[in-house]
Amino acid sequence: MSPFRRPSAEPLWRDEFSVFSDDERYVSRRQFAKFLVLASLGMFVGNLWILVRSWFTRKPVYPAITIARADEIPVGGVKLFLYPTPKDQCILVRTGADEYVAYSQKCTHLSCAVFYSAQHGRLECPCHNGAFSVRDGSVLQGPPPRPLPRVVLIRRGGELVASGVKIQAEVERG
Amino acid sequence: MAEAPEAGQKKGLTAIDGAMALLVVLLMVQIWLLTTALETFLAGYRVTTLPAAVVSGLIFAACIGLYLFIDGVDAERRHH
Repeated sequence: MSPFRRPSAEPLWRDEFSVFSDDERYVSRRQFAKFLVLASLGMFVGNLWILVRSWFTRKPVYPAITIARADEIPVGGVKLFLYPTPKDQCILVRTGADEYVAYSQKCTHLSCAVFYSAQHGRLECPCHNGAFSVRDGSVLQGPPPRPLPRVVLIRRGGELVASGVKIQAEVERG
Repeated sequence: MAEAPEAGQKKGLTAIDGAMALLVVLLMVQIWLLTTALETFLAGYRVTTLPAAVVSGLIFAACIGLYLFIDGVDAERRHH
């Protein structure tokens, strides 16, 4: 049996739209197999796209921006700010007298805005009940696949300055 | 001894069904590879993207091979 299709003596239309039910079963299976191969091509192209993005994406340069005065937020209080671009909403939480943490407000599941739950002491996503640790942004429960990106904070006198964003791999590398 | 046409048809359909089942399994592995590669890339790990793309390419090549097999069986059984 040859692996390649032999040219048929029948015209294409008669070959593809046979009046015989036995032949029709072959045609429908072959067409479904063709659809599966096209889906496989789509997956492969998707993987190639990720590969190209990983090769050509440069590390972004983050500006240093003053986001709040240290005494402006009470312990357990929050402040929302935009960093590094005006489209990126972030959340600053004062967890102790001299402890501040800031994260991207986009849930890593489907990008809903997370909020700080002082009652549970964690960041929660209202869409699918995801929860993140306020200490390090790690996932505590729910569908989010990754920790929240962490905003790097610097204390300059009485001001809090955002100076970068670290995603999971960068946080683990230190 | 020559094979009865009906028996040949049935054997061909069984072979095609088996190949299609394998295609579906390969596609599920490829979907898993794609989602895993995307998740790890978004988490900042870049070492996984190359192996994922290579394995995905190999699976795509295997899918083409299976399709050619199905096409061959189809031609063999219907046009003999």
